[in-house]
Amino acid sequence: MGAATPVVELKQITKRFPGIVANDSISLKLHKGEIHALLGENGAGKSTLMNIVFGLYQPDEGSIEVNGKPVIIDSPNKAIELGIGMVHQHFKLVQPFTVTENIVLGMEPKKMGIQLDYKTSVAKIQKLSDQYGLKVNPHAKIQDISVGMQQRVEILKTLYRGADILIFDEPTAVLTPQEINDLMGIMKRLVEEGKSIILITHKLKEIMQISDNVTIIRRGKVIDTVKTSETNPNELAEKMVGRSVSFKVDKKPASPKQNVLEVQNLTMKNKEGVSVLNGLNLNVRAGEILGIAGVDGNGQSELIEAITGLCQVDSGIIMLNGKDITNKSPRFITESGVSHIPEDRHKHGLVLDFSMSENMVLETYYKPPYNKAGFLSKKEIDKQAKRLIEAFDVRTPSIETKARSLSGGNQQKAIIAREIDKNPDLLIAAQPTRGLDVGAIEFVQKQLVAQRDQGKAVLLISFELDEIMNVSDRIAVIYEGQIVGEVLPEETNDQELGLMMAGSKKSGGKA
Amino acid sequence: MDWMTTIGQLINTTLVFSTALIFAALGGIFSERSGVINIGIEGFMTFGAFAAGVASFYAEDAGMGAASPYIGILAALVMGGIASLIHAVASITFKADQVISGVVINFLAAGSTLYMVKLLFEGAGETTLLKEGLAKVPIPLLSDIPIIGEGLFNNYITTYLAIILVLVVFYVLYKTSFGLRLRAVGEHPSAADTVGVKVLRMRYIGVIVSGVLAALGGATVTLTTTNTFSHNTISGQGFIAIAAMIFGKWNPLGAFGAAVFFGFSQAIGNYFQLFAWSKEIPQEFIYMLPYVLTVIVLVAAVGRSSAPASLGEPYDPGKR
Amino acid sequence: MMSKLFKIFSVNSLLVPLVAVVMGLIVGAIIMLIGGYDPLLAYGSLFKTVFGNVYDFGETIREITPLIMTGLAVAFAFRAGLFNIGAEGQYIVGMTAATAVGIKLSGLPIVVHALVAIIAGGLAGGIWAGITGYLKAKRGVNEVIISIMLNWTALYFSNYIVRNFLLEKGQQRSEEIKDTASISIGWLSTAFDNARMHWGTIIAILAAVFFFIYMWKSKQGYELRAVGHNGHAAQYAGMSVKKNIVKAMFISGVFAGLGGAFQVLGVFHYQAIFTGSPGIGFDGIAVALIGLNHPFGILLSASLFGILTYGSAGMSFGAEVPPEIIRIVIGSIIFFIAAQGIVRWVLKPFYLKRKKEKVL
Repeated sequence: MGAATPVVELKQITKRFPGIVANDSISLKLHKGEIHALLGENGAGKSTLMNIVFGLYQPDEGSIEVNGKPVIIDSPNKAIELGIGMVHQHFKLVQPFTVTENIVLGMEPKKMGIQLDYKTSVAKIQKLSDQYGLKVNPHAKIQDISVGMQQRVEILKTLYRGADILIFDEPTAVLTPQEINDLMGIMKRLVEEGKSIILITHKLKEIMQISDNVTIIRRGKVIDTVKTSETNPNELAEKMVGRSVSFKVDKKPASPKQNVLEVQNLTMKNKEGVSVLNGLNLNVRAGEILGIAGVDGNGQSELIEAITGLCQVDSGIIMLNGKDITNKSPRFITESGVSHIPEDRHKHGLVLDFSMSENMVLETYYKPPYNKAGFLSKKEIDKQAKRLIEAFDVRTPSIETKARSLSGGNQQKAIIAREIDKNPDLLIAAQPTRGLDVGAIEFVQKQLVAQRDQGKAVLLISFELDEIMNVSDRIAVIYEGQIVGEVLPEETNDQELGLMMAGSKKSGGKA
Repeated sequence: MDWMTTIGQLINTTLVFSTALIFAALGGIFSERSGVINIGIEGFMTFGAFAAGVASFYAEDAGMGAASPYIGILAALVMGGIASLIHAVASITFKADQVISGVVINFLAAGSTLYMVKLLFEGAGETTLLKEGLAKVPIPLLSDIPIIGEGLFNNYITTYLAIILVLVVFYVLYKTSFGLRLRAVGEHPSAADTVGVKVLRMRYIGVIVSGVLAALGGATVTLTTTNTFSHNTISGQGFIAIAAMIFGKWNPLGAFGAAVFFGFSQAIGNYFQLFAWSKEIPQEFIYMLPYVLTVIVLVAAVGRSSAPASLGEPYDPGKR
Repeated sequence: MMSKLFKIFSVNSLLVPLVAVVMGLIVGAIIMLIGGYDPLLAYGSLFKTVFGNVYDFGETIREITPLIMTGLAVAFAFRAGLFNIGAEGQYIVGMTAATAVGIKLSGLPIVVHALVAIIAGGLAGGIWAGITGYLKAKRGVNEVIISIMLNWTALYFSNYIVRNFLLEKGQQRSEEIKDTASISIGWLSTAFDNARMHWGTIIAILAAVFFFIYMWKSKQGYELRAVGHNGHAAQYAGMSVKKNIVKAMFISGVFAGLGGAFQVLGVFHYQAIFTGSPGIGFDGIAVALIGLNHPFGILLSASLFGILTYGSAGMSFGAEVPPEIIRIVIGSIIFFIAAQGIVRWVLKPFYLKRKKEKVL
């Protein structure tokens, strides 16, 4: 097997972007019937490499061989022709189109040369879906089906185009543990049917579970390629990060005190009139970190928006330190002692086209000393910005630099600096480590624990089970707009949490 | 004049006014469905009206008689296509803001058409009056039916064409693979790109078809209503066509309905003086009607949700 | 869409608009050549017209003034993330309100009457724009479409008011405003050989200064810009996005309305029944774009615009070029500014050269 021609071979691929070498002489072999994992941190160069394989970028140096023949992949079309398909992390699906329309787009069966032959299309897709056990409904609109199903549509898109080599880009980021299991099953089936798979991920568990070989890249360079059966998670992690990492966050046991946040029977409908919060109850005490575990889309964002006043709830009560803050304005809530590290730092956390200086007073600009009789004091604002940027080691060329030009990690540090500096009673951290590298993740998690140790209440929302398990003092599981159970991290495990996250209710509610 | 004739004529006039709006609104749909905002419709109509006025005049001059208006239409189509390239190059290739690019089109259209008119007609502010515009073509038998015979079946060939085109555009958008691709490009260009649909090419086609159809709309104004081109031949029709497109939720059938409604509100102005009770209403209010109604309907009914999801966003494959 | 605009209009140096202006003039020259005219003679007579004598120079200033106001109007909304294509309608209602106050109010002392008329014009424009802002904020309706519709509504509505309440008998225009409402500056007009000089010009320059201070030095300006760049972040920070949208549109409309008021009170002293839209508001879009949506840039671009427009009359005398050529020039300038890629492409050889020099 080892001597057989690889289905894809990358030879010394180098790709430079202004100021950075994204891929530095990367080589990789994928054999038929193999699941080959590509492991690396955010920004290590995985996506760039795969975009090269898929024809979206051109390498500056190096070559690609498919089935032993050198090829130039200058467009996705060419990649498709060569039998390479990509399951994108952010699905490339047209929401108002049906499953069938999405799959055949670009390669439509036709009648009379121009008319879309919808019937034939449906039949073809049904057949493919049955063959690989994907169970999709060809007539459903994308906007009406679950995320897991949408991913299967993405897989079908590649199969419909006759792909033999499938690239999965961080495919589990948006799935429940159960959906992840299903996906693993599908991937195995694909390999059994003769396909080959490249799996891009930074999750070690998945790699250990399903891959045959692992290539680890760091800062654009291949560190090593190993057989999965001959390695272990710690070794992989060390190679990925470049130093030994402890997955445990150092922290003392919590000593929770009085309730800071109490949420009772919260219900809320979204703009489309769908119930997104259904009688949600929870509390967070001073000196503890409550982690909310759950799959994306079960009401986490809405819960935060409700607490912070960005959305109006239909019924229920939100109390902060015994004061009713239900449906109050964001400013009232902020002034009552709530800080919020938002889920989407580009959408909510920063005005990207403002300077760092302007961003550091985003919630306090109207107060003295920044505001003097309706005019802003640049001197005072700059002073504050400098102080925070130094205290939290935000790497920026200057305080006049636009927030846009900072790295994700530094943007996040700046937000955290601003929010913590407000000295809140309740700190809400939504996905605070998303898209950050390991160093930044450690920093952020340490800050959360430090806040807890100072007696603040911390509400942590994360889709990463590991983060929930490691950082929280108490875990509440959210499912379809309700807290379906509460557990302590030391008394539970991934399986149990996974089941709860998927809605099989556990006798919840202690503490 | 008996009331049956009046109603028949009112329907007829409504359709005459609607025709230009239908063409232009269909044009707008092509562009915006592909993801490119087109507030330059007014300008494309101006270019079309100008080309029709000039080319028909020269055709008449050359003794082409009844064929002259068709030369005018042909010229308008070509002119619209060429002008639309400006919008396409700026907003698609150079990723300029699409609204601003549309403003540019309107600017250039107003300036250059009048410039050329003065150039060609020795300083006059309008083209020489055409001896014959398009003639009405009654459809045998059908045109003898009371009321609707006069109303529907005794009209310009462009009006019949506009109605047929509504169905054709509907078919193209929703039943052909081309339509599927065009809509995909407007909704989610990077999805289309990754399955090999040429995003920029589709958008070019959308914008060019848009320019051609809007110019055709402009040409019908010259050839059926004014018989000459001057600075106010096209004054606001393009914007009403955009309103019709939005009313119609970017769907050809809906846009058709809205265009006919606007045509009606224009046409009824002409008939207002006929009735004693309506003389009391100031004419300005009649002129205002379509615009005010548009605002009311936009506020009351239409959300933004039906607009193509990527409308207004230049496609940049590097940013994904 | 808006964020892109900001990128274009704040990051870049003055080089792009300058090159765009030059390229626009070149396009105009080429079109004149094709038409068989002499572009040098044409541009020459354009400038000779403007700077040839004090009367025409004064009249050019008169031409520039309303352009400053509508340019500021468009730019102000731009900074708050809104495209106010409705400056035209706001300008018209501003004219009409000022005319009505100028004619119907009587017995007020000289400065007071003028001030009341000016304020009426500004308020009318502000309210007219405020409608758009309100509908955008409350109902989420696209401000561009609403503005376009309100432009035409304003045109016919103003005609209705003038025809039915303010008409000078037998004329297609209103009566003259009372002398007490006039903002003309008699001695200055005399100095400029009877060109129509008025206080509006001074106020326009002050308005630009106000724009600058308000937008970049005040708390409210900070809020407006935050809303303009990122409404979600503004809401997160406790600002009311809706209130700021209405406020931005209102102030924007005040600028345009004042422009209309100046035109009536300082220049015509009456309002005509319009046969078509006057276009000053639409020109404001061009002025704002060429002026990079910055108040001081707008002073420059309004001057350029006014010079070109006023001078174009001289072109048709001096070189027999149809004055519409200027619309083509201006359209081309905006085109080159909006599609900056083209300008950059033209500039590329220069950049490369500079880079090489640096390396050496």
